[in-house]
Amino acid sequence: MSITAILISTILVNNYVFAQFLGICPFLGVSNKTDTSLGMGVAVTFVVTLASIVCFFIQKMILDPLGLAYLQTIVFILVIAALVQFVEMVLKKTTPALYSALGIYLPLITTNCVVLGVAIQNIVAKYDLIQTIANSIGASIGFTLALLIMAGVREKLELADIPEPLKGFPITLLSAGLMSVAFTGFAGLV
Amino acid sequence: MNTDIIIAISTLGILGLIFGVVLSIASKIFAVEVDPKVEAIRKVLPGANCGACGFPGCDGLASAIAEGRADNNACIVGGAEVAEKVSKITGGNASGIEKQVAVVYCQGDCDLAKKRFIYRGIEDCRAEMILLGGSKACTFGCLGCGTCVEACKFDAINVIGGVAVVNKEKCVACGKCVEVCPKGIIDIAPYKMNYHVKCKNTEKGKDVKNVCEIGCIGCQLCVNNCPKQTITFENNLAKIDYTNCINCGLCSKKCPTHAIPLQEKEKIEKIAN
Repeated sequence: MSITAILISTILVNNYVFAQFLGICPFLGVSNKTDTSLGMGVAVTFVVTLASIVCFFIQKMILDPLGLAYLQTIVFILVIAALVQFVEMVLKKTTPALYSALGIYLPLITTNCVVLGVAIQNIVAKYDLIQTIANSIGASIGFTLALLIMAGVREKLELADIPEPLKGFPITLLSAGLMSVAFTGFAGLV
Repeated sequence: MNTDIIIAISTLGILGLIFGVVLSIASKIFAVEVDPKVEAIRKVLPGANCGACGFPGCDGLASAIAEGRADNNACIVGGAEVAEKVSKITGGNASGIEKQVAVVYCQGDCDLAKKRFIYRGIEDCRAEMILLGGSKACTFGCLGCGTCVEACKFDAINVIGGVAVVNKEKCVACGKCVEVCPKGIIDIAPYKMNYHVKCKNTEKGKDVKNVCEIGCIGCQLCVNNCPKQTITFENNLAKIDYTNCINCGLCSKKCPTHAIPLQEKEKIEKIAN
């Protein structure tokens, strides 16, 4: 697949949140305001891309030669957890401004299944390094897009006249479902 | 079979070991020295992360105080109590913080203030404000949709009879309601002050009287009777200067429209007489 096809595919058609239902937890948790969701998006982009690249090399250079492909999940989780820790330390030392801007979102990404999902997807789809990077950037943009749209909708919902039993999470889940249905409109684009 | 297990375990173990070593080395290299003061200050702060101090959360304020960018009493919510604890850590003095509360400068409830139309729409003052400045005949008064009630994290504001009322004991003067009120009729005032000119209508007396029974009509009786000359008159409104006010309550007794409300006990005395 070409780079553009991968990007369009992960951002719109196979959006990790709307089509593959990964990363629902932060999608519902940090989509209250547009600026915080943008912060989360940036942090996810950073970690997903880095984690995918590292996982790609570990798969190709360690797991495949040793015939340990079945250890993929546990090794990738280990890599992601260690990587987030490392990135956190580096950011804290080198760019405290970015560190405090990302705040709590950075450590939260450890448990974000989008990161693991993208890393495994890259291997399953047999992507090369360039395609891996494209896929991870596309996936993060798709995730950020989903978060931003959701935050926009929820900011509007704050002022809407919602029936009492639907207030709060029910209406959020309903809008998320409707948005997911809307995104199926992109099917067949790639 | 056995070799498979050994290879798997040792690979995973070695990987884990490498990550562990790398992380522990990294934590040494990238160690950031945290001022022990910051942590101590952070512990005595309330931890609500309300942002009323103007810093990003309690962590932000703690480091600001430790670095001397903020005063010991910068935490408005914590008040004197926290200021004292902080000053014990930093060694400075608490520089007597005065407790403050939010005051809603309007009393025009459904009975006293006239309405121009009946508003049916989003229950939010900011939304109602867009529609001709709201349904109240007085364009300065409280709309009573409760935007401030929702903004208050401390459950200190209620809408009673169509007007927001602050519970003085619960209020911590964080200023969230002041920010959200589209009419700008909420302000922060010293806690010990009992008397406020609760009207923001700057129109002439007759026009005020036409729209609200409890507004300031600009008679200046309070200005002339104040023993400390602390009440000024501008824009057709009386204004009490809180720095000199001695809480005598003479203005409240003289006010013909009760725009400067009486204290609860005085109201009871008045009814009894």
